[in-house]
Amino acid sequence: MALKLSDLKTSAHNDWCPGCGDFGILNAVQMALAEMNVDPSNTVVVSGVGCSSKVPHFIKTYGVHTLHGRAIPFATGIKLANPNMEVIVEGGDGDGMGIGAGHFVNSGRRNLDMLYIIHDNEVYGLTKGQAAPTLGLGKKTKSLPSPNINQSINPIMLAMASGYTWVARGYSYDVRHLKDLIIKGIRHKGYAFLDVLQPCPTYNDIQSKEYWAGEGNLDAAGKQLPRTYKMEEAGYDGVVHSDDPAEVERKVQQAMLKSFEFGDRTPLGVFYQNEFVSTYGDRLAGHSPSYKTNPPAAQEIALPDGAPLANISRLLDDLKV
Amino acid sequence: MKRDDFSWMIGGVQGSGVDTSATIFARAAASGGLHVFGKREYYSNIKGEHSYFQVRVSKGTIRSHVDTVDMLATFEEETIFRHALEVRSEGAIIYDPDQDPKRLDQIPTVEANVRAALNAELSKAGLSADVKGIVELARRRGAHIYPIPYNTILKDVGAKHGETSLSALQRMLNVVAVAASFALLGYDEEVVKASVRNHFRSKPKVAEMNADAVGAAYDHVGQKYAGSFSYRLSPMKSTDVKLFVRGNTMVAMAKELAGCRLQTYYPITPASDESEYLEAHSEIQLDGAAQGDPQASEVAAMKKGSIAVVQSEDEIAAVTMAIGGGLAGVRSSTSTSGPGFSLMAEGLGYAGMNEVPVVVTLYSRGGPSTGLPTRHEQGDLRFALHAGHGEFPRFVLASGDLEEAFYDTVRAFNYSEKYQTPLIHIVDKALANSDSTMSALDPTKVKIDRGAFLNEITTAVNGEFKRFQHTPTGVSPRAPLGTKGGVNWYTGDEHDELGHISEDPVNRDYMMEKRMGKLDLADREIPISERVNFFGPEDADITVVSWGSTKGAILDAMEWLKQDGITVNFIQVRLVNPFPTEYVARLLSKAKRIVGIEMNYSAQLIGVVRERTCIPIEQLVVKYNGRPMSSEEIYGALKMIYEGNAPKKLVLKHGA
Repeated sequence: MALKLSDLKTSAHNDWCPGCGDFGILNAVQMALAEMNVDPSNTVVVSGVGCSSKVPHFIKTYGVHTLHGRAIPFATGIKLANPNMEVIVEGGDGDGMGIGAGHFVNSGRRNLDMLYIIHDNEVYGLTKGQAAPTLGLGKKTKSLPSPNINQSINPIMLAMASGYTWVARGYSYDVRHLKDLIIKGIRHKGYAFLDVLQPCPTYNDIQSKEYWAGEGNLDAAGKQLPRTYKMEEAGYDGVVHSDDPAEVERKVQQAMLKSFEFGDRTPLGVFYQNEFVSTYGDRLAGHSPSYKTNPPAAQEIALPDGAPLANISRLLDDLKV
Repeated sequence: MKRDDFSWMIGGVQGSGVDTSATIFARAAASGGLHVFGKREYYSNIKGEHSYFQVRVSKGTIRSHVDTVDMLATFEEETIFRHALEVRSEGAIIYDPDQDPKRLDQIPTVEANVRAALNAELSKAGLSADVKGIVELARRRGAHIYPIPYNTILKDVGAKHGETSLSALQRMLNVVAVAASFALLGYDEEVVKASVRNHFRSKPKVAEMNADAVGAAYDHVGQKYAGSFSYRLSPMKSTDVKLFVRGNTMVAMAKELAGCRLQTYYPITPASDESEYLEAHSEIQLDGAAQGDPQASEVAAMKKGSIAVVQSEDEIAAVTMAIGGGLAGVRSSTSTSGPGFSLMAEGLGYAGMNEVPVVVTLYSRGGPSTGLPTRHEQGDLRFALHAGHGEFPRFVLASGDLEEAFYDTVRAFNYSEKYQTPLIHIVDKALANSDSTMSALDPTKVKIDRGAFLNEITTAVNGEFKRFQHTPTGVSPRAPLGTKGGVNWYTGDEHDELGHISEDPVNRDYMMEKRMGKLDLADREIPISERVNFFGPEDADITVVSWGSTKGAILDAMEWLKQDGITVNFIQVRLVNPFPTEYVARLLSKAKRIVGIEMNYSAQLIGVVRERTCIPIEQLVVKYNGRPMSSEEIYGALKMIYEGNAPKKLVLKHGA
């Protein structure tokens, strides 16, 4: 039976501000899951803390709303325990690249097969608009008493440097394109990072919906030019087609260079994709083959009478005097 | 006090094989049926600093170390300077006479205050501040001195095996020291050789050369010192010396038995050894019905499982990954020490709020901050009881010896899963790094209890499952993420039965009472035998209250005090939360004189006892110099208290 969009909606009251960019991302995730016809009970959405991290409550799959900055390690534990589950991680840019930056970087080294979506609005929404790690130096949103005195992180560059094997950017008001990116990210064999530009109408009056639509960005003829464009349509190919190290290096450099484009002409789409890297599950199975055939969540641990199933006779033998 | 055991010490530069020699000594003694207890002391350093290992051997049960050194085996100068004067009168010192001219002021790793004290002693005795001088001072104080020409012995052995490399020969120094010790004790040479061969079994050539070094040392001692040392050590037929184990290994094995299938860790002393053991043994035999049957491991078609062992980027990730595993229905744990545990506080609260089973093994070491990373302390009890903001239930379980650590590890997972509550299992460093012989463990005694664990959901309404459903006990049936038949939510926010955020005051009351009430339920259900040990006679002159690794030293001291006509009983609290209030209060109300013994400054458990039972314990014995309490120290302290000569807070100071 095909999954309908309505099957993925919950009764929890959604308390995001009217016009919040999070709605577009929520819709895109639900559309992607419906189109992929996932099993909701074999899917989990894991989030951190913040406005966007309330998202699991609005999606009728398993949902785990965790601690500020810790969505990734919680999700990592879930995926390690049950590698057959579809795991989607969501959170804000402060959650992922401020308080959770250590996990953002180090999870890149593991290449677990899951998708991480950052709702990137450049502010801390739920605490009333402080500067987030992606807000540029000198910018003053209406929520700030004075201009930002920190430089911004480049999420794409950071993901590339950390070893993510699929790196992309979407825009929350281009829901159809975003939905397609989410499907690609879920299908990617390895760790996928999706940075989503998400206007915050309440606190960020700079990177607004109108800004991305091109307000004040006029061509010579006075026509308004949108500030985003789709890389693939401009002939960009981020996919690594062979495991030739030279090609990998070329594609990594290309993605990093591309990540500098931001502002009046901001690329959307897949910066980089490499499926030739082993996943963390493969690596664990390298020293414990049963991890693949009998992963932790699938294992029985006791006989019906409670006797343990693990036989430690061999371990005890090693300790005999 | 009459000791009928033998205390042997070996020291050397860290990284020079001190551990190896102690293991060979201990295993050789254990394979001769003797009981062994070994304690390792080392600096937070990899190579260069001084480390030493004390191995106590006895024909009867021993559970602790003593301060007295009966025999000191050395092969370099620093160990002689640091420990020669600890050797008792009529004890023995083995040393290399080539070291005689080495001067104290040439050893940069000896602390200035230690150096000054030694210089003063030597100068008072009119002796030079070199090895020759300190050895002479020890001789004057009654020690027997046994010079062993290490280099001559090693060159002879090397010549026989065509080995001329000095560094290769020097790697056998420690084996010569061990063999010379056993030779002086008249111990069976073949048992020592077998122990050496077993230790080097993966390198047959090295094994043979080392076995020959044993023979050469025996020959030398036989020719020069036959019968000169009066203490004899001989193998015996023993029925209860079966295993030789170390703390970390016990916990690791028990985790596999308990069904733990996800272990996370960030490297930290002294916890990492446990995770490394698990990683090295991550394939698990799942033929539990054949437990203990030696033939079973030969069955080829056996089903196997796997424990995922993951090194995380920090302890915040370690604990939250483990909680993730717990949400997915997998018994999960993380192992750490004080600094790492400090980082886990917020994660613990999440597990408490979301009723997730997770076990944190806390190997406590000297704090605060980085503290004394390789030394001993029971300073984390109060923190374990309170870590995290707000109020949530947690179990705190503390084991007193290696056997207890094994069975407690299985119980830890049972309590945690049955009551859906995080559990902190404290294993102090003194246990983690001590080696001991023990009687056989019986894995068939162990039972796994998963509590209200569901394999499928049949109660979902509109596809939604009430994970936090109201129940009379407060424990709701739990289905792992991924269970068919429904979905539910988790959040660190206060939540309703489905796991959605709720700030409703009525719901809040219910959820607080549901979570906290589980501790009352556990208090009613967990038998007292799993929570408190009570040793000694009902009626005694002194009642000792303590917890954790002091257990062995207290029990050994109790035996000596009994010989002196002083009766002692001992309340060892294992499950500190929920605290066995009624039982402990009853025991204390009958006590004549109560003594609290703890390895920390403020007597943390004694504070908890007072908080829970309203019974004050005024007489304390504490130690916080980073070294564990010895049975001799506790014996001395209790005797002093019995005789009425002790201050209210008696601080023990021994240690090197």
